[in-house]
Amino acid sequence: MKLIIDSVSENEAFARTVVAAYITKLDPTLEELADVKTAVSEAVTNCIIHGYAGRHGEIEVVCKIKGKLIEVSVTDHGVGIEDVEKAMQPLYTTKPEWERSGMGFAFMEAFMDELTVHSKPGEGTQVVMKKEIGKEQES
Amino acid sequence: MEQTLNREAAYEKRGNCLVIYITDDLDHHMVTGLREISDRLIRSEQIKHIIFDFTDVGFMDSSGIGMIMGRYKKVMFSGGRAAVTNVGEIVNRIFVLSGLYQIIEKYSTVEEAVEAMQKKRSGGEKK
Repeated sequence: MKLIIDSVSENEAFARTVVAAYITKLDPTLEELADVKTAVSEAVTNCIIHGYAGRHGEIEVVCKIKGKLIEVSVTDHGVGIEDVEKAMQPLYTTKPEWERSGMGFAFMEAFMDELTVHSKPGEGTQVVMKKEIGKEQES
Repeated sequence: MEQTLNREAAYEKRGNCLVIYITDDLDHHMVTGLREISDRLIRSEQIKHIIFDFTDVGFMDSSGIGMIMGRYKKVMFSGGRAAVTNVGEIVNRIFVLSGLYQIIEKYSTVEEAVEAMQKKRSGGEKK
């Protein structure tokens, strides 16, 4: 599934809802659905606030399902991140004046099984998140 | 103060408390309007404490945490407190993970929160 959306805040809800709808065929629990929605929401919000910093741009959301594993990638072609490690530190934010909590990456990490961030200053950022659905029912 | 209602929330003044009944999913898009209106009311209505009601909120991300913290900072210097009420399981997980309950009190209902705000701080129902 590939979704290309404009970098406007109205699309945050749209993006997470589409991903949630796409993964319902795996019969996720309400909790798993909420986890994925939160992670997608954080990633798309980052593209809008940081990647494009209010300018117009396109955000690509790709979701793949392999067995019980979902992989969601969220990509922007915005400013990129100089220091990814620093950006990922909990509570670190470059936009405290916008009341950003600095918890975006921490939430993505907490709610998904795996998070990888690729970024190049001037070119953009891609986050890839993976999560196995149905783990809780089995155990 | 008249009861104010817009898409994101309904606002009500109860004594010296501003109760914000959030009526939609709380993300970056939704916090913008909420922030503006609540800050205006905090100033114009001499609000001391803020209560956020989550009865109708099924989803929240870290933008919601930033919005709550931001409003708390507006009242904390004048001895104000902030509370959340009617928090469902999904939203509760976000609060727990963010550590929000270290500084924001949680009550079952708006009535309980309003009452607690009038008493001396006893720590509330911290979970």
